[in-house]
Parts: sequence; structure tokens; C-alpha cells
Amino acid sequence: MTPTQQQFDSGLGLDVVFPTPGQIMGQRMKSHKGFIIGGLMVLIVIMVAIFAPYIAGYDPYHQDLSNRMIPPVWSEKGTWDHPLGTDNMGRDYLSRLAYGSRISLLIGFSCMAIAAVIGISLGLIAGYFGGLADYIVSFIITVRLALPAVLVAVAVVALIGGSMQVVIMVLGCLIWDRFAVILRATTQQIRAMDYVQAAQAAGCSVLWLMVREIMPNLFNSIVIVATLEIGRAILLEAALSFLGMGVQPPIPSWGLMISEGKDLMLFDPYLVTIPGVALFFLVLGMNLFGDGLRDVTSPEGRS
Amino acid sequence: MLIYTLKRLGLAIIVMVTVSMISFMLLRVSGDPAISLAGEGASSAEIEFVREQYGFDRPLIVQYFEWAGRAVQGDLGTSPYLKQPVAQMIKDRMGVTMTLGVCSLTFALLLAIPLGMLAAIRPNTWIDRLALSISVMGQAMPSFWFGLILIIFFGVYLRWLPISGSDTWRHFVMPTIALGYYATPAIMRLVRSGMLEVLASDHIRTARAKGLRWPKILFKHTLRNAIIPVVAVAAVQLGFMLGGSIVIEAIFALNGLGNLAWISISRSDLPVVQAIVLFLSVIYIFLTFMADLFNAFLDPRIRSS
Amino acid sequence: MNALLEVKNLNVDLNLPAGALHAVRDVSFSVQKGKTLSLVGESGCGKSITALAIMNILPPSASYNAKKMEFEGHDLLKMNEKKMSRFRGAKMAMIFQEPMTSLDPCYTIGDQLTEALTEHKNVSSKEARDRAVFLLEKVGITGSASRLRQYPHQLSGGLRQRIMIAMGLMCGPSLIIADEPTTALDVTIQAQILRLLASIQKEFNMGMILITHDLGVVARIADDVAVMYCGEVVETGNITQIFNHPIHPYTRGLMDCIPIPGKTKPGEKLGSIPGIVPAPIGDLWGCSFRNRCSLATAECAARGLELTHISDTRSFRCVKPPVEPEIDHTDTTATRSGGMI
Repeated sequence: MTPTQQQFDSGLGLDVVFPTPGQIMGQRMKSHKGFIIGGLMVLIVIMVAIFAPYIAGYDPYHQDLSNRMIPPVWSEKGTWDHPLGTDNMGRDYLSRLAYGSRISLLIGFSCMAIAAVIGISLGLIAGYFGGLADYIVSFIITVRLALPAVLVAVAVVALIGGSMQVVIMVLGCLIWDRFAVILRATTQQIRAMDYVQAAQAAGCSVLWLMVREIMPNLFNSIVIVATLEIGRAILLEAALSFLGMGVQPPIPSWGLMISEGKDLMLFDPYLVTIPGVALFFLVLGMNLFGDGLRDVTSPEGRS
Repeated sequence: MLIYTLKRLGLAIIVMVTVSMISFMLLRVSGDPAISLAGEGASSAEIEFVREQYGFDRPLIVQYFEWAGRAVQGDLGTSPYLKQPVAQMIKDRMGVTMTLGVCSLTFALLLAIPLGMLAAIRPNTWIDRLALSISVMGQAMPSFWFGLILIIFFGVYLRWLPISGSDTWRHFVMPTIALGYYATPAIMRLVRSGMLEVLASDHIRTARAKGLRWPKILFKHTLRNAIIPVVAVAAVQLGFMLGGSIVIEAIFALNGLGNLAWISISRSDLPVVQAIVLFLSVIYIFLTFMADLFNAFLDPRIRSS
Repeated sequence: MNALLEVKNLNVDLNLPAGALHAVRDVSFSVQKGKTLSLVGESGCGKSITALAIMNILPPSASYNAKKMEFEGHDLLKMNEKKMSRFRGAKMAMIFQEPMTSLDPCYTIGDQLTEALTEHKNVSSKEARDRAVFLLEKVGITGSASRLRQYPHQLSGGLRQRIMIAMGLMCGPSLIIADEPTTALDVTIQAQILRLLASIQKEFNMGMILITHDLGVVARIADDVAVMYCGEVVETGNITQIFNHPIHPYTRGLMDCIPIPGKTKPGEKLGSIPGIVPAPIGDLWGCSFRNRCSLATAECAARGLELTHISDTRSFRCVKPPVEPEIDHTDTTATRSGGMI
């Protein structure tokens, strides 16, 4: 009895179906806890920022000195009128926290954007052209790393005068180093790949090569670095505002809230812990998401 | 090896000069030193007078070279507020900042290297996940906030440690932790990934085939290869710590360079700020230079190239 | 039989995220003292994994089991890591394919050589160094004393491979496993290294497992051969039997592919085996060669295909072999034209 081809072939391992790269990535995304949790955390903060007017019961700038220093609802003297208490000017903490998320997200994204433009350009140039261009860019990066960033930022802001725009510009111009370093390395790698060399041999122009062959592969690295840099920018702005050299009061920046609460923290630690937890939550979410993204798109780099 | 050292040294010097130039320009351009020197409420005539007196009206480049010329000789100018030579002020305070920096880095290394090794030996187990969790959380916490929390908890609640000043070693414990933990995640991940990579390499397979036992393989053949990028990162982190100490010193009232910088910035005392930026940059450049040399010692391939 | 190493029914699985890859299936062979067994097969057929399983240095994602794995009377299957590490390097040594990456770049040659000895035997560092010098000279490296202070990156591939061989010999093992020792080397160096391996084996009377995909290499120095395909052993025999009377269609196909001086006529087309090797994932049964064999029938897809043993050293795995096994049981001491071809 002649068997069918399928009967004959079964038992040889020929009918094994390998998942497509897209399927593999989808699988990984669904099972990577950090990626999902981080993404959710960031999403929560974004929602809070968007819906701040509805979450906040009060105007974050409104002072009510008769209601100052009310502790959060979980302590003895707390009340549901002010679930997270009030600060020493009587401003509702929950409202300030909610509007503060807008500040952090706005500054985080803006700084990252500026840093991205500077860093990616430098990294691309260095990685693609190599030689003298690479040498110069590497030198620039080294010089930038040698500058004590926080110190210089504080000094410059102190001299020019603190405001949101100044903070964004100064930080953006200082934190591009990671973009540059990673983009340079990735561009070098890709440029050395056979398919790029083949395209070059076929006579494609530099710009075409950069846009069509190299950029799509860099997209991965860019997004990952971007998420981590947003976190870094948020922490830096908080530090600057904490020192008084960032966003100016009465804007409800979380760093500023910590600074304002610092003097009273020994008796009312909630003034300091609550905004800190918010910062931690947001940056943690961003980092988890960024790390998860890196794991999901290229786990070989991890282990 | 000698050529390598000289090349590195030359590069370091050029970077140093460039950094000093940039910080000089930046600070002069951001604020008008004449205004801050003349004081508040000074008339424009007085400001002009101050400007001429101190030579602020000359081209920036000229001012820079004059400052640089004196800096090389050790004269970093005088603080217009305290009327003291800046060099002396730095000398007085650098001990505290250096101590803090070194302790923080040591703390970070003592925590990161064992954790990273353990995570690499047992990947994807609970200890790996624990190490990664610590790492991820460490990178998300603002260091100044962490410092404050430490103060609240250990200083006030438990009363174990003093919360300000820099007299005894106990004063340095919390600042060290607050400053050092931030570097731990980066170093730990590097150790972990480096070790995982080396453990999968051919020469470890050879070591196993030779019958070497695991402790020897790990410490002799794996760690040495894996630690090479860590040295560079550690030096960079130390540099960051020295620069970022401004916040920690402010919180813990430590009398170091960061604190001095902070006070000077508030007073627009530019010569001091300028000098501190230069000093910290020099330290950083020196550290990376030493890291390069140490790397050459660890990896014979670098020596020959 | 007093075999140096005997392996019966070895299975190795690699646990990949896509599923278990059955890299080695039902592999059985034996190595005689003082003889060379060659494991032959194309890339990916499981020969290297087999060697790693014998030494128990498989990657952590692998698991293996066997009915029997005995070396010099010791049961390898029952050994824990501590006991096994005393065998590795001391009694059985392994040489790998990539000399460029197999040595630690941070330590000198001398350090790595002496370490191989001091790990197992209580000798002074001077004695270890003397032995290293002695062996370096044996493998044909001149100026050994100064070589000891050199680092791997200062040496060529051929030199590094010789050093690997010397390192394997430091403790005087009774079995050497050479995994494609010449594949990564220049053709001119290949012949030298092979000659070296053969002469050392004779001099120290060691057993050797030579893993290769190159039939020319097999012809040069093997005494016995085990042909592997898709993780299984499909035929074993001594070198004369395999080259002159191949039974399994795969082996026969291989022999057709190589030009044999004296037999192949000029202008004659060399054979090729159509199709590709299947991936050994999932449930497998029947003859794994059947989708490429011109003689396959329905019976070849049936389950339970095992090795047919004609003698202790002659076997094949085929439902309907195209030729009768040779009548004369050629002695395991094969006759070759004057040693090296």
C-alpha cells in the first residue's frame, strides 16, 4: 500500500511550523512582565496628566491658609476632602500632584526631544562617515562627559534665571550623550553590514542610504534610548527644581514640592514622600518599559 | 605601552583645555559678572567702572587665556565675596568631597559586582530577578529624595545616624548610600551581561574541558575578562558622583566642594564656580585616564595595539 | 570487548523556546585503545554535541540520557560534576575547532598550559613548566621557553591549535577528542596538524575521536568510522569497510560525491544528494534519510528502526540496504597504503 506523501513525511520533523519574527515578538511582548507593567505605569501617569482637571478637586495654585498642613487621609487628622493632604500654603496636594505630572511629562519629553536631535545627528555622522568625523564627534562626547552636568546646569540656570523654557533648553543641551554614543555604535554596526555595503556598491547616494537602509534599523535603538532618557530628564529636572534652580514656584513641579516640604519633613514626612513616590513611579515605569522594549526586540543583547 | 600612555595623556590634556574653555565661556556669557560684582542697585556707570577694572570688557578669548595662564600656575583667582584665594578654598573642602566620592563608588562596587556575578551564574532564577529589580528600582529613585528618606528613617525615626555635618565616619554613611546606590544598577548590569557573554565564550568551554573547577573558572577566567568594561564605567560613575555631590552635600550639610559650589552659585561668585568646574573636570579626566591604563593592564591585547 | 570508551543509545535534547531539538538520537559507538574513531557527518548532524555529552560540558539548555557510557570501566552517567571535572583534562581531553577564540586572551600561554596540569596533579610550577616546554616541542613549536611568556593574540591560528593540542596532552590522557581540529585552518596547515595528531596518538598510545565533515581527513588517519546523519548513527565500520563497501544509502551517496584517485574517471560527473536535512524537532520516527533516498519505500516510514549489528564494530541503520554486507569480516586493524595517504 503506497502511503500518501504526508504520511510518508510525518515523523521527519518536516512539518514543524516556525513562528514568524512578528509572531515571536508579539509572544515576547505579551509575556514580558516588565514591558507590560512599565507600559501600564506610564499610561496611568499620562492619563492622570490628561485628566488632571477632573482628578484634582481644587486649583493647584489656590492657597487656603486656614486649611494648611492637613495630613493625608490615612493618618489621624486626615479627611477625604483632601485625600493627600495640603501643604504649608493650604494647597491641595492631590491637585498639585496631578498637575505636576504634566510638568514632569512635558519637561521629560521636551528635553528628550532636544537631546535626541543633537545626539542622533552627532551619532549618525560619527558612525556613518567614520574617520575624522568620528574622531571629532568622539572628542565632543568626551568633553561633554567631562563637564559636571548638574553643576553646569545649576550654574547656567542660576545666571540666566530659572523657568521651564530655560530648564528644557539647558537639560536638552546637556543630556544628548547617551543618544550620541549608542547611535554611533549602532550606525557603525549597521553600516558594516553586508546589505548596506551592497547598496553602496550599487551606487546609492549617502542620503538615500542613511534614510532607507540605516534609519529603520536605528529606530529600535532610538526608541529604547528615548524612554530611558525621558526618565533621566525627569529626575534631573526634579533635582534642579529641588535646588531652586529649575521650575519656579508656584508651579507644581514634583521636585519643587519636595523642596518646599523639606523644611517641614521631620514632622510631616508626607510632604516629601508623596511627590517622591510619584517621581519614582513614573521613572520606574519608563525604565521598565524601555528595558522591556529592549528585551522584546533583541533578547540576544540581554543574555 | 609607553606610546599608548602618551597618546592617552595627550588626549586628556586637550580635553581638559577644551572643557575649561567651554565652561569659562558658558559662565561668562550666561551672566554678566560685572553686574553681580557691582552689587544690586548699582548704577550703570558703576557697572561700567567695574567692568573696566576687572577687564570684563576685553574679548572673551583674551580673558580666557589670562585666566588659564594663572590657573596653570595654581592661581585660581580670588573670591570677591570671601576675599580668599579660590585655590585655598578648594583645597580646604576637597577632602570631604573626595572621601564621599570614593566611599560611594566603593559601596556601589561592593554591592554591584557580587550581585552581578550571582545573577550571571544563575540567570533567570529568583536571584537574577532580585538583582534586576534592585537595579531597576535604583535607577528610578531620585537621589536627593532617597537622601531625604534616609534622613527621615535612619536619622530621625531610628536615630542611628547623624543627619548633618561631616565630623565622624558616621556622618558619611547615609550620604554614601544616597550617592552610591545610583551607580549600582549600571555597574551590576554590566557585570552581569559581561559575565554571561564570557561564560558563553569558547575559552570558558576550553577551561571546562581542561577540568578546571567552577570557582577557578569564575574568578580567574571569567571575571577578569568581564570586568574590563566595568573599569571604564566605574571611573565615569565616580566622576558623575563628584559632580552630582552638589545635591547630596546640600541635603546632608557636608562641607565639601558641592556645597561650596552651591553657595557660590547662589551668590554669583563666578571665580569659585569656574574653579570648581575646572577642578571636577580635571579629576574626571584623570580618572578616565587611569581607567584606560588599568584596562591596558587587564587586557594584554590593548597593550599591543 | 575491552573498549576504551563505550557509548550506547545516547540521546541529547536541546531545549529551545520553539521546542525540544533532538540533536542526538540513539547514538552508539565504541573507541578502542590506541585507535582513532572518526565521527563523520555534515554540519549540524550532532557530532559535536555527542562529544560535549561525553565530557558533560553541554550548554545549560541541554539534557541527555544514555543506556551506557563507560570510559575505562568508569560509568560516566553516574558521575557528579566534581568527579567528572577530575576526568576532564586528566583522562580525557578535548580540542576544539576555533583556535582563535579557544584560549583566554588575558593570560600567557605558559600560564594556561601549566594550569591544565597543576589542576589535576600535585606538581611544582617548575615541573609543570618543564612539561609544557616538552610538549610544545613535541607539537613542533620552537623556542618554547619564550613562547610560554607570549599571549594568544600574538600567535597565528596554526600555532594556537598546536598549543591546544599540547594543552590537551599535559596530563597524559588516554582519550583525545578532536572536534574539527583543522576546519578553521589553512589547507597547508591542515595536513601538518593531522600528521601531528596521528603521530602523537601513536606515540602515547591514546584513543582518539576525530570529528569531521571532511572525508579526506577521515581517509588519512581514521581506523574506525561512525557516519552520522540528522542526529543518528547510520553506519559504523572500519575504514576499509566504509570506503570500499558502504551499505547505507547516505554513506554510499557521500562516497559518490568525492573523487577517488584511481577510480573516478576524468570528466565523470560527481554525485550529489538532493534535498535538505530535516530539522529534528517534535515526534520523530522511521528513517531520517528517507526524503532524500532514491530507494525509499513505505517501510522506511515505519517506527522502530534500529541499528542492525553485523559485528561489534560493523552496523547500519537501514530497512532495505541496497547491497549485502561484505562477507569477509575485515579485521579492525585496517590496511592502508603505507600509513598516510
